[in-house]
Formats: sequence, C-alpha cells, structure tokens
Amino acid sequence: MVRHVVATTSEIAPGGNKVVTVAGREIVVFHVNGEFFALRNRCPHEGAPLAKAACVAHLKSDEPGRFQRSRVGEMLRCAWHGWEFDMRTGQSFCDPLRVRARAYAVAVEAGETLAKGPYVAETFPVTVEERYVLIDI
Amino acid sequence: MADVLERADAPGAAAVTAQDKLKVIDCDIHPSLHARADLYPFLAKRWQHHLETYGGHLRTPFTSTTPYPRSSPLLARRDAWPPSGGPPGSNLAFMRQQHLDPINIEFGMLQVLDLLVVSQQNQEFGSALQRAINDWQLECWSRPEPRLKPSILVSQDHVEAAVAEIERCAATGNYVQVNISPRANEPLGRRRYWPLYAAAQAANLPLGIHVGGYGGHAPTGGGWPSYYNEEHHSNAHSMAAQLTSLIIEGVPERFPRLKFVFIEGGFGWVPAISWRMDKHWQRFRDEVPHVRRPPSETVRERFWFTTQPIEEPEHAGDLRAVIEWIGVDRLLFSSDYPHWDYDDAHSAFKIPLTDAERRKIFNGNARAVYALG
Amino acid sequence: MRIDCDIHPGLEGTRATLLPYLDAHWQEQVTSRGIDGLDLTSYPTTMPLSCRPDWRPQRGKPGSNFALLKAQALDGLGASYAICNVLYGAQAAFDPYLAAAFCRAINDWIAAEWLAREPRLRASIVVPMQAPDLAVEEIERLAGDRRFVAVLVLVQGETLLGRRHFWPVYAAAERHRLPIAVHSGSQYRTAPSSIGWPSYRLEYYIAEAQAHQAQLLSLILEGVFGKFPGLKVVMMESGVSWLPAFMWRANKTWKGVRVEVPWVDRPPADIMRDHVRLTTQPFDAPPAQADVERLIEQIGSERMLLYASDYPHWQFDGDCAIPQGFPASLVTRMCRDNPLETFARLEAPA
Repeated sequence: MVRHVVATTSEIAPGGNKVVTVAGREIVVFHVNGEFFALRNRCPHEGAPLAKAACVAHLKSDEPGRFQRSRVGEMLRCAWHGWEFDMRTGQSFCDPLRVRARAYAVAVEAGETLAKGPYVAETFPVTVEERYVLIDI
Repeated sequence: MADVLERADAPGAAAVTAQDKLKVIDCDIHPSLHARADLYPFLAKRWQHHLETYGGHLRTPFTSTTPYPRSSPLLARRDAWPPSGGPPGSNLAFMRQQHLDPINIEFGMLQVLDLLVVSQQNQEFGSALQRAINDWQLECWSRPEPRLKPSILVSQDHVEAAVAEIERCAATGNYVQVNISPRANEPLGRRRYWPLYAAAQAANLPLGIHVGGYGGHAPTGGGWPSYYNEEHHSNAHSMAAQLTSLIIEGVPERFPRLKFVFIEGGFGWVPAISWRMDKHWQRFRDEVPHVRRPPSETVRERFWFTTQPIEEPEHAGDLRAVIEWIGVDRLLFSSDYPHWDYDDAHSAFKIPLTDAERRKIFNGNARAVYALG
Repeated sequence: MRIDCDIHPGLEGTRATLLPYLDAHWQEQVTSRGIDGLDLTSYPTTMPLSCRPDWRPQRGKPGSNFALLKAQALDGLGASYAICNVLYGAQAAFDPYLAAAFCRAINDWIAAEWLAREPRLRASIVVPMQAPDLAVEEIERLAGDRRFVAVLVLVQGETLLGRRHFWPVYAAAERHRLPIAVHSGSQYRTAPSSIGWPSYRLEYYIAEAQAHQAQLLSLILEGVFGKFPGLKVVMMESGVSWLPAFMWRANKTWKGVRVEVPWVDRPPADIMRDHVRLTTQPFDAPPAQADVERLIEQIGSERMLLYASDYPHWQFDGDCAIPQGFPASLVTRMCRDNPLETFARLEAPA
C-alpha cells in the first residue's frame, strides 16, 4: 500500500467531490459531514462515473408513507440507473443478488464483466494529515 | 451480507475486446431541443404563438412535467448535461464526445420525445409540430452528423395528417422509419390505423413503436398506479399488449412487407407473450379466423426488439435462454442515450456472446431492418 | 392427494339461483325491475373457453350442474379437495349495496348448495371491492365458517389492489388466515389494458396476464406485504410463464428507484417467493419440455405453484390437468404441500 496525496482539505467543498487519477485508476474523493471518502470512479453495474452520482440521505422506512433519513449526503445514487452505494463502505444498498445454492455454470470472457453480486463499489482508506487528504492504494 | 464478491474487472485494459472493435448501430438515441425556439425555423408563426401561449395539450395533469416524477431530472443520466449548457441530448458536439465516438457508433436512430407530438390533443397543432420536429431532426442533427438517422414521427391518432407526413418525409429518402406511440387512443391493430401502415409499407419503411405517450388510458387494466416504479414497468406491458393487438388484428398479414420494431420496451417479456398468444389462439380460432398461423411464427418473422432496458435476470446466464427463445436475429442494440436507464454497449450484456451474435445484435440485424447498406 | 385450487361452479342467474338468498328488499328489486344477467363480459358462457365441450351440461350454464361437477371435476380429475371461485358478476356492479347483497347471496348459495352437499368442496368468499368496508363486513361474517378458505377479487377493478383504501380488507384477511385470490376477470371500469379497448375476446384474455403483473407490482410496491406479513396472494388463471421475466424487471426497476418506495426493503422477487402463489391452469408453456424445466428453474422456488384445473374452462383435454414437463418433485408439492401452506384453513386429514 502506498499513500498518495489527492487533495488539500480546503479544496473540496462540503458536499462536493474531486476526481483524481492515482496508480492508473480514476478515483473520486467526496467531502461530506466533515469526512472524506474515496471510491473508484466507476459504478460496478455498467460503469457510470460515481463522481456524477447524486449524494443523498440514507433512506429507509418501516411504514408506507414514512421516510426515515440519516447520514445525509453519504449515499450515492448512481448517475445512471440510480443504484445506491454507501460512500463509507462501497456496499450497494439493494444487495441485488444472493449467492444461490444451485450450481450454475457460466463462463467468463476476458474483458467482459459478469454479474456476480452483491455489487460493491471499490473504496480506498482515507486519512487527513494537517491540510492534506491522502488515500491508500 | 457476508458473502461479498468482488467483480472481475479489467482496469485500463490489456487486449482490445471484440466489443471495442465492433461498429455499433444504436437504435434509440434521443436528441432534444435546446430551446423551443430551435423549432421556429420549421414552425409557422401561428404555431410559434400557440406553443408559447396554449402550449401542448396532453391527457395528463401537469403542463410542465410528466405525470409520474422521474428517477432523475429530465429523465436523464446525471453526467449527460452538456458543460456548455442546455438539457441532456441538446448538444451535438457533446453527444459525439460522450456517446457517438467512444461507443464507436456507426449509425444511431433518432427518437424525439420533446413536445410529445404523438399525443397532442389539438390535432392541427400536433400536425404542425410533427412537421417541424421531423424537419428539425433532418436539418439540425442528421445533416451535420450523418451517423444520425431521423425517424418520421407521426401523431397516429390524426391518421390523415400522419399519412401525409409519412409521404412528405419518405419522399426525401432521408428517414429510416415511421414512428408511432404504443399509447394511442385505440390498440394499434385497430382498423383506423391501417392507412398509416399502408403508407409506411408503400414507403418501404419499418414501423418503429417507441414507448411513451398518453393515449387517455390508465397505464394498467386495473387503474392508475401510484409510483413511477410501476409506470416505468408498465411500458413492457403496453408493448406486450400491442404485439398482441397487431397480430390478432391481422396487421402483419394485411401489410406483408411491413417490419415492426419495438423500441425501449426491452425484450424479456417476448417469449411468454408469444407462448400465451399461441396457446389461447388455439381456443379462439373461430373468433379470429383471419389469424391463420400461430402468432409466435409471425413474431419471429416480422418483429424486432431493441435491447434496452436490458433484462437483468437474477442469474445472469438465464439471459442466454431468453435470447434463444426470441432468436438472436430479433434483437437490435439500443442505448437510450441520454436517459437514466441507458445501456452501455460494453457492459450491458452480462453473458458472453459469440462474435457472430455480437455482430448481429450490435450491427447486422439493425443494418438489415433499416436497410442501411 | 390433489387439491384443485380453482374451479368454477356456475350460477344460473339472479332470479333462478340467488333469489332465496336475498333479503326482501333485494328480492323485490330483482323481480320488479328485472335485475338479472350479471354474467361477466370476461366469460361469456357460450364461448369455447368458458366450457370444455364434454363438460358442458345439456341444460344450464357451465358448471351449474352439481352432479356433473362432482363426476367431472372431483372424481374425473381426481381432486381430493377443490376450491370454488364463483365468477358471477356481483363483483362488477356499480351500486355498492347491490354488490354487497349479491356477494352475500352468492356466498350463502355456495355454502348451502355446494359446500354442504360435498365434503371435498371449499370456496373463496366473494366480496364487494367497490366498498372495502362492506367487503370487510362480508369477510367477518363468514370468517367462522372454515369451509371458506380465501377471499376472491377480480384482477381488473377500478383501482389497483395495492392502494391504501383496500388495506382494511387485507387486515381482515390476514387476521382470519385467508389468502387473497386474484382471479382473471374484469370490472371493466377502465380499458382492460393500457393500450385501450380490444376488438376481440382473445386479445382481452391474453391481456389478463399483464393485468396480473400490474396488480402484483401494486401490492408489492405499496407495501402491502410489509404491512400484512401474514398475507398471501394467489394469482389465478394468469398463465404463469410470464413470471420470471416479470420478477427480473420488477427487481431492476426497484433497484433504481427504491427511493420512491423505501418501505420495500428487499427485492420484489424475494417478496413474491414468500407471499405470492399462482395456479397452474392455464400454463402458457414453451413448446419444448426442456424449456419448461428451464422456466421452472428461473422461477427459483418450488413453493409458488398451486395445482388447479380451472374447471370447466377449456384449458386442456383429457383428464390430467398437470402441465406437461413439470418435474415430479414440483408436481407433488403443487398438488398438496403448496395448497396446504397457502390455504391455511384447508386442513387435510392426517
């Protein structure tokens, strides 16, 4: 793991983000609720740029018509299909696929992506040292 | 939640894949007006005034938005807003940069939803709009960018005007299909629309049926849904119903050279409706003696389906069965750019495709249907 | 054991059949105003689908002859139990009080002249969804009679079944362990499909499959199964083979626009596997047996299908109503275990 400086702390406005290329990978760094989060700038579903995702509240409900919000701005709603990812962990909210008991033979082709799940958006550990935001890759 | 599996991914990429080399024909691209005034060169003053005052008259509750709020602003990908301004799809340079070039688009079929020409209640206004939209497609999109092919958009419930417009546009030789809505006043198989099919056939143009429109009926047979989730899904149901109507009314037989393209309905629903039509046709044969063959045979010969929104089975490999059941020849790749549920040509199909299949789905089938040479 | 989850005793007519089960007011309305002929447009009794020729009585409406139904549906098709779903059009009337009175009469008639005479028969409670509070009253009235094992509604009504104003019906049904049987058929309040009014009955019948799907979306997305976790819904006479592709699309849309319905806290397909069942006649099968097996696999659950003959509707020939190509393990489950799990009030002898 190498630590890379990706931004200064004042450079990314709260609620904003910055896209950097580190070690050949495009990374998006978000600044929200006083913290920084870094993810691969690519939705694992069909490749949309997560930098363009809507940053929204974590939303759940225990009753039709009731909307329970928390962690405002920490959920990414992908710019294309609206899939939700937790900025903190990269975990997709909907957990779209479960591993099934039945055997299923599928071949993987080089360069092709295959739908295994659950989908996870790749995250990188972030530290803040004085004025600098760093990520580990 | 414990069994998190990483996706096999090839960042920054080694070998160029088969998909990269392939030229793609995209059967569903949505250009949009930057401003209403874009239409004015093609619209008489009387109708410019009408547009600015009375505006569109649709069978929906709101003047300035869709009845069901969408997933994202203007239905679009959030990254598709041109940096220089204007709504998604309104800037040709940006469309080239973001979509046509990177996806290696050889041809893209235009589908215009602005102003919902197909559903305008004021039929004179609708006629004026359709002429303007069809001219605008040709002059502002297709001429500067020959990869983009215009469609003859017609308001199907004003059949006379629609026929005149088909003839007018077809005479130019520039348009690739006739476009109507699956949400019309009546099911599309009904007799009142037959002159329209005659005109399309005479012009040797396929009939493209693109989801959308407000025909005055609820999106379901059981009333109005509460949610966009339901309404969006109902597009697939409308397509299945229209497939049924066209076949049961004998439209393919009556217009033997007409090809039918179902656009933006996806295709997962096609096998089951084909089986259902076949099964129950057998019991109702004396009601519809003009339907002389099992409906599924007609589906396999005369109907094509664009791939977006691509079906996402719980087990990705199940898509293989669906493709076999429909027939790989029936599928036409579409992206639906710049809409939110866009399909990326590289990553939409989550099963391996043979080179031959890939060439058909992403190019060859559309090339044949649209006679692109 | 074979439990037939969908048969249709026929009702001759309002005057011919229901009069004794109506109160004095409605008897007078019926006789002095000539109120009759409520056979549903969805099922004209003379068309081929409505009755297999060898099941059609010499006189009277399809399914109206008790002896014939016994001999054909029960003995002939080998039913240990059969659930009666009466499709006479009380459900489609506009006047809510007429609808309620006629539904009551239908239920009382079924109990007195069918259930009482044949221990293998059970029935769904016919309810007036035109007035949900009156539907609840009818459920409560009959809840104590365990021969009633479900609540019957038509798949095409005025408003979609998931809507809030129907929730008291589901509360009552859940309370009394009655699944909701959503059966093909229409109140004809709106066009039977989003594309408008069909020319042909064949078109209409085919469109019922989409109506079932729209109702499932409504029930799931409005949160009915979250609100009523004990509730099950049985889609009857729906065609079935649309199910996997429908599940996939429902999941796909929900994943993208979950924010609209955050009370739907797991994929719609998973909710369906727990709460939704489908009767197996008709089964709109792919032509090849191998494809039937693939389709069943795609459904991803052996608990969803319920055996049914749809007697006397003409869906198959011969005396076997089990669709071809179903794996043996599924057949056993769908004929016995699944119906017993679904219709909790239907207790098989040990």
